Amino acid sequence: MQYLLRRIGFYLAALWAAVTLNFLLPRLMPGDPVLLLIARLQGRLDPHAIDALRLQFGLGSQQSLFTQYVNYLDDLVHGNFGISINYYPTPVSEVIGTGLIWTLVLVGTSAIISFLLGTALGALAAWRRGSWFDTVFSPLLTFFQAIPYFWLALLLLYILGLDLKWFPLGFGYSIELEPAFNLNFILDASYHAVLPAFTIVISSVAGWMLGMRNAMLTTLAEDYVLMAQAKGLPERRVLVTYAARNAILPNITGFAISLGFVIGGALLTEIIFSYPGIGFILLSAVQAEDYPLMQAIFLLIALIVLIANFLADIFYVVLDPRVRQEG
Amino acid sequence: MAVKQKGERPFIAADQTLDVGAAGEPGAVKPRNISVLGRLVRNAALRPWKIRLGLVIIGFFVLVAIFAPLIAWQDPQAFSRDALLPPSAAHWMGTTQTGQDVFAQLVYGTRVTLIVGFTVGLVATVLSVVIGLIAGYFGGLIDEVLSLLMNVFLVIPALPLAIVMAGYVTVRGPIPVAIVLVVTGWAFGARVLRAQTLSMRQRDFVAAARASGESTLRIVFAEILPNEIAIVCASLIFTVLYAILAEIGLEFLGLSDVTVTSWGNILYWATNGNALLLEAWWWFVPAGLCIALLGAGLAFVNFGIDEITNPRLRDASRS
Repeated sequence: MQYLLRRIGFYLAALWAAVTLNFLLPRLMPGDPVLLLIARLQGRLDPHAIDALRLQFGLGSQQSLFTQYVNYLDDLVHGNFGISINYYPTPVSEVIGTGLIWTLVLVGTSAIISFLLGTALGALAAWRRGSWFDTVFSPLLTFFQAIPYFWLALLLLYILGLDLKWFPLGFGYSIELEPAFNLNFILDASYHAVLPAFTIVISSVAGWMLGMRNAMLTTLAEDYVLMAQAKGLPERRVLVTYAARNAILPNITGFAISLGFVIGGALLTEIIFSYPGIGFILLSAVQAEDYPLMQAIFLLIALIVLIANFLADIFYVVLDPRVRQEG
Repeated sequence: MAVKQKGERPFIAADQTLDVGAAGEPGAVKPRNISVLGRLVRNAALRPWKIRLGLVIIGFFVLVAIFAPLIAWQDPQAFSRDALLPPSAAHWMGTTQTGQDVFAQLVYGTRVTLIVGFTVGLVATVLSVVIGLIAGYFGGLIDEVLSLLMNVFLVIPALPLAIVMAGYVTVRGPIPVAIVLVVTGWAFGARVLRAQTLSMRQRDFVAAARASGESTLRIVFAEILPNEIAIVCASLIFTVLYAILAEIGLEFLGLSDVTVTSWGNILYWATNGNALLLEAWWWFVPAGLCIALLGAGLAFVNFGIDEITNPRLRDASRS
């Protein structure tokens, strides 16, 4: 329990750091991005929006940094992220809301598939150490791990989408369909998600596999595994209940840490596939210098990663009784 | 005051602290810095084929970067009328939509990728060494604060942060990108080094150094650090790999200076020029393959070092 309380404390601190970083970044940068922005958009932005921007970034206001900070936090607590410039005059929260579900489903599903697949393959590679499976797959996956997500996405899109025409060339669903919660739409959306998901799985499965392989090799040398083998237990039982169950623990922490990377990679994948998730929106925000939208998306991604990490921590406690006792 | 006469005083060796497999003489009196590094190099040459393969690949790209003007005879930026030509004798890897030679761009692009990657890797690693060792050695409140900082930077997703930071920077180019990558890239190595230092400070040779009245800075950076060289190297390689992939990602998004010839910018212009729809595979396939190959080379070295520091991962017998 005490362990969990400490973790909660940590995540609150991390969340505060992300929020504060987000507040400070535009103010620390040399030059004034907002001033440039206002100059550039003069005439296209109505005075209300300019005032809102000024308030949001404390531009030209006589308020102290601290007052600005308090106002900023107050806005966040009330879910007030300002108005998007790119999608003017839609509020930022609304713009993000439409993209969030697409990203969550795509990244969530592919991260879990790749974790399960990679862990299983890694356990197998360690168990069959030195076999063709281990010697061929481990180096090959090293190569795959080094391939940038977005380039793999480009390549697969070229071969499977453009050349073989097996998959659509992008976007989350067919344009003639109206987003709705019915079987027809879900099937269509799933079909559009296959290629982006496949890209994310291929390029992240290697990390899990190598991590699990190395953890397994360490575990396999433990006495209790030898003991289980000496008792003449069936191989599969020794592999799963004795070795893999213990070796998977570091991989779970790894899963939490790397979720940040998975999301980062998924952003690029979304951009390639023009997938209507937050990655795609983030790029358009950066290109349009839509700072309120940029800030909010970064906060949202940080929040998702923090929540996922926290869930992994809880899961860890369930799997490893030692953590519970240490406190 | 910290740096006394370098290497003059022989101090107690701690061969047992770093399991590199070679026969060391415990307690022997010799300058340890050289011996640990030397053994690492010797072992690297002898043992895992992974390190050798990795170094060959990295070395190849370093040579390409150095001798770029001799390898590519065309100007990577020069436009010509030969637009979108497939690979031929005149253009080994074809041309872009504006008639630039893809091969020349690829060769010259190696320079930017390697310089940014290794500079970021070095700076971030120095940062992680300083922070990791100080946190691990001093413990207490210093450790609490620094650990919190490391863990926060580990959980905050780096690439989205890098994208947002790059979005704010009004000056575009490799230098702002490098700064962004240092900020987002130091935490991982720092955490690994902190853990190692935590166990290292309990060892006898540290107690001996403390008893003989050496300054704290000297103990941390001249006694403990040399014993962690293998981990520092692994962390350096890891950070370089991160920096290269992230840099290319940012360039691909157009968040660096798009007029610079680099691997990421080749891909940026390729997607902007609709290379995909024009079926100009030669425009974007070579750069990606080079990135993957260089990345695999770095990863191989990393795994090789892992095998040296963790003997259980070696290809020796299982039981």
